[in-house]
Amino acid sequence: MTDRVTGTERVKRGMAQMQKGGVIMDVVNKEQAKIAEEAGAVAVMALEKVPSDIRAAGGVARMADVSIVEEVMEAVSIPVMAKVRIGHIVEARVLESLGVDYIDESEVLTPADDLFHLDKKPFTVPFVCGCRDLGEAARRIGEGASMLRTKGEPGTGNIVEAVRHLREVQSQVRRIVHMNEDELMTEAKNLGAPFEILLQIKEAGRLPVVNFAAGGVATPADAALMMELGADGVFVGSGIFKSKNPEKFARSIVEATTYYQDYQKIGELSKDLGEAMKGIDMKTLRPEDRMQDRSF
Amino acid sequence: MSRNKYRIGILSMQGATEEHAGQLRDLGHEPILIKNKEMLENVDGLIIPGGESTAIWRLMKKNKLIEAVQQFAQLKKPIFGTCAGLVLLGKSQVETEEPVSLKLMDIKVKRNGFGRQKDSFEANLDVKGIKEAYPAVFIRAPYIESVGENVEVLAAYDNKIVAAREDNLLVAAFHPELTDDNRFLELFLSMVGEKSVLMI
Repeated sequence: MTDRVTGTERVKRGMAQMQKGGVIMDVVNKEQAKIAEEAGAVAVMALEKVPSDIRAAGGVARMADVSIVEEVMEAVSIPVMAKVRIGHIVEARVLESLGVDYIDESEVLTPADDLFHLDKKPFTVPFVCGCRDLGEAARRIGEGASMLRTKGEPGTGNIVEAVRHLREVQSQVRRIVHMNEDELMTEAKNLGAPFEILLQIKEAGRLPVVNFAAGGVATPADAALMMELGADGVFVGSGIFKSKNPEKFARSIVEATTYYQDYQKIGELSKDLGEAMKGIDMKTLRPEDRMQDRSF
Repeated sequence: MSRNKYRIGILSMQGATEEHAGQLRDLGHEPILIKNKEMLENVDGLIIPGGESTAIWRLMKKNKLIEAVQQFAQLKKPIFGTCAGLVLLGKSQVETEEPVSLKLMDIKVKRNGFGRQKDSFEANLDVKGIKEAYPAVFIRAPYIESVGENVEVLAAYDNKIVAAREDNLLVAAFHPELTDDNRFLELFLSMVGEKSVLMI
């Protein structure tokens, strides 16, 4: 019997595989974390403000106060994730030392580095990163992300960007799978994607890591839509705790994600839910307020 | 025995369902993703996959799958639980106020016994009935603290029980479905073979 090895690619990616078909919820304190766990969330994302509040507050958004992350970790037995600013090596190392189960290198926070994402491979803790297309997805995998989420536009309660990004990634994956190998290098150049990752995608017939949908899920039907379009699961940020009835929204979104093709059930789940979070039309969003454009 | 083609249900509330399905297909069997209790009627065995045990439990409860799986077990049909599946099959749990438990297998489970994700690990494991070391992947894994007298211990790591069998029930704290090694799944399929012979 040989000694154990931690932090391998397989245990980092495997952790995300265990989350598939589930809902990961943003929470800002232990009460919300317990509501999420009770509702059947597969993990919680501990942060200081949900994206819609970050939007409203303006200024620089940073890693959450460590006491919030610790409070959430103590309150629930499901995995706890937390966000760091893009490229912020020290925020990431701090969260790793706290023992969080997953780190989101997230465009929802204000980037710390406007040129480079984290080199995620040397970390024991796994990372999830956002993507809008296969180029971004493949670059993040190349840097060592163990999980992806299509970005959508966080904190808007508007599903349109989430749909666009997921459809884009899916369609580009399909293209790669059907390409001849001699076409891959030019495609890698065009997408700005590492060739080796595209080759892996072609050989496996799919992305090598789990890909959740994020950024705009506000109702059970939204969550089911993302599953229908091929997401492995969903992140819900502001959609739950900015609704009128968080417990009910949380439970209904979880169940709609599992039973995403049972339309009668989704109908039932959508009854008397109360008001969803107030949404934002993309046209009214100023270019500098678009979180999805923050990455390289 | 394993030449027969079995229909194997995979409880699909949430978790690594597709990985199990892929391994079953590789071995020539038919995986069926189970979301409703009616679907359990037509399968020879059931896999409860890795995932989040609390999430799977709540979805099972809401959708009347707890009794259905318990009845399935009473028919002596084989059930294989990995990680969260092990937690759910166990009769009792250490330090849990509200156990998420189908109360089927006579084992006491320590959830996340090996720690959080930072402690997730790979190790080669000696498993009873498998000749050479098995590449085991442990992710926020539970272990079995103690077993009843009818439970056969199949593997231990660091003096903690990580695989066991009791009659028609098989559990592993690790994830055979995350490897290319089908030998652990073959153990389960041989149980399905034994039981289906008995039932004819």
